[in-house]
Amino acid sequence: MSVDLATVKRVAALSRIRVSDERAEELVPELNTILGFVEQLQEVDVEGVEPMTSVVDMDMRKRADVVTDGEMAEAVTANAPGSDDNFFAVPKVVE
Amino acid sequence: MTDLTALTIADLRDGYAAKSFSAREVTDAYLGAIEAKNERLNAYIVTTAEQAREMAGASDKAIAAGTARPLEGVPLGIKDLYATKGVHTQACSHILDGFKPPYESTVTQNLWDDGAVMLGKLNMDEFAMGSSNETSYYGAVVNPVSETEDLVPGGSSGGSAAAVAANMCAAATASDTGGSIRQPAALTGTVGIKPTYGRCSRWGMVAFASSLDQAGPITRTVRDAAIMLRSMASSDAKDTTCVDMPVPDYEAAVGKSIKGMKIGIPREYRMDGMSDEIDALWKEGAERLRDAGAEIVDISLPHTKYALPAYYIVAPAEASSNLARYDGVRYGLRVDGENITDMYERTRAAGFGDEVQRRIMIGTYVLSAGFYDAYYTRAQKVRTLIKQDFERAYADGIDCILTPATPSAAFPIGDVSKQEDPVAMYLNDVFTVTVNMAGLPGIAVPAGVDAKGLPLGLQLIGKPFGEEDLFRVGAVL
Repeated sequence: MSVDLATVKRVAALSRIRVSDERAEELVPELNTILGFVEQLQEVDVEGVEPMTSVVDMDMRKRADVVTDGEMAEAVTANAPGSDDNFFAVPKVVE
Repeated sequence: MTDLTALTIADLRDGYAAKSFSAREVTDAYLGAIEAKNERLNAYIVTTAEQAREMAGASDKAIAAGTARPLEGVPLGIKDLYATKGVHTQACSHILDGFKPPYESTVTQNLWDDGAVMLGKLNMDEFAMGSSNETSYYGAVVNPVSETEDLVPGGSSGGSAAAVAANMCAAATASDTGGSIRQPAALTGTVGIKPTYGRCSRWGMVAFASSLDQAGPITRTVRDAAIMLRSMASSDAKDTTCVDMPVPDYEAAVGKSIKGMKIGIPREYRMDGMSDEIDALWKEGAERLRDAGAEIVDISLPHTKYALPAYYIVAPAEASSNLARYDGVRYGLRVDGENITDMYERTRAAGFGDEVQRRIMIGTYVLSAGFYDAYYTRAQKVRTLIKQDFERAYADGIDCILTPATPSAAFPIGDVSKQEDPVAMYLNDVFTVTVNMAGLPGIAVPAGVDAKGLPLGLQLIGKPFGEEDLFRVGAVL
């Protein structure tokens, strides 16, 4: 399988990455080189093989359903590029 | 006077016990070495001199009081993807611009609890995506093995490997998703171990591909790697994939006889076009182990060639999901836009480098509606087959597997063939990536030099949680 220019633009939009028309043109062969490389997996017989879900044989560890931290809004928002009174600030999303 | 920066961790431990020098003296010697060498090598992106001297002072007090811990006064460099409280943590990406975590990763906390001293944060490929350290927002790292030519140190832990090789830290933390500890270790003549998946906590490590990422050290000797891993590894309630198993005394395995151990030589690792030098090195390594009493057995791992293509589906798929969090809202870079979607798109375009963008898009594509089964589910099935290959070999009595670590020695910075063709760069990890796909432990140890005198490494692959075997056999190589 390979991608064309329209697909590259669609994937860039799904990825939320702004890509110029010029860069999108370059990405077509770049992504196709990678997709061409992974194409060889089609020759493997995977009939009846379970897809891997965990590399290590272990039971999912569960912890007690209790509050272990919190009450640190200041620390949580300390790195935000835009914040106001310990809230994250974003451009207007509701008209 | 002895060069304090040339000493191994084991030497430092002995020297502190004998009161031959102080942790403050050793730390100052390292800070001096960083100042002298970093301009050319670019291994450190941040040094934390004040913090280092403070920690060394505390170590000297502990040593004087007779309460020295396992890594007391050992100066370390920390890869930039480990969260260090209040200190630059960006995984060498522009998108985490200015990020200083209000928390400490479990692995680094374990190291500080054992008395280690932090010298600073080390350069790496952006989000650990790369095999040459050239995708870093902070520029390429120069491999110290050549004084005349600017060669890559490998990647993604290129800063870690270069700093250890150039005596700019006693050891370094690193991380390995497809070979990012072992490949740079091989290219710089250092030792690097990626432990079994789940042995070290991933909490506080910037995520790339969560089912493959694992922490590990880069050091100058196998013994030092054993000392470091014992401190780095732990169980951790904050990482549900971290195992609840006691950490063994890995150092006790170093120096043990390997008599009677069965070492597998997988025929599928003899790749087309592999250089004679690598082939000769591999044979010499096997002979060294045979001379030490091990039994050398030819084995087959039939799905080896499919590991790298499967990796380039699984890893980008997980990365596209993990990196969705960088949206300019909670931390790091924000580029304003006309509306919120515009802001996301502009922020991510400006914040991620080309290789990271490529991988996010590949991951998004293979996970998108209509392609998921053909790509992702198939890759995860191939991953099961790769793991079964190893399980069969170990069930037949093999203790560990010997392979080359990389297809070549260090190559020049800016190598055009690798810049233009992403797959040519990916092939650097052809021998290491199988180990991540199967969740196994692997160690790279220096084993010789090529015709130009550049270091070459061999890799040992162990059973799940068979790290002690790797230290035992690795010490013989």
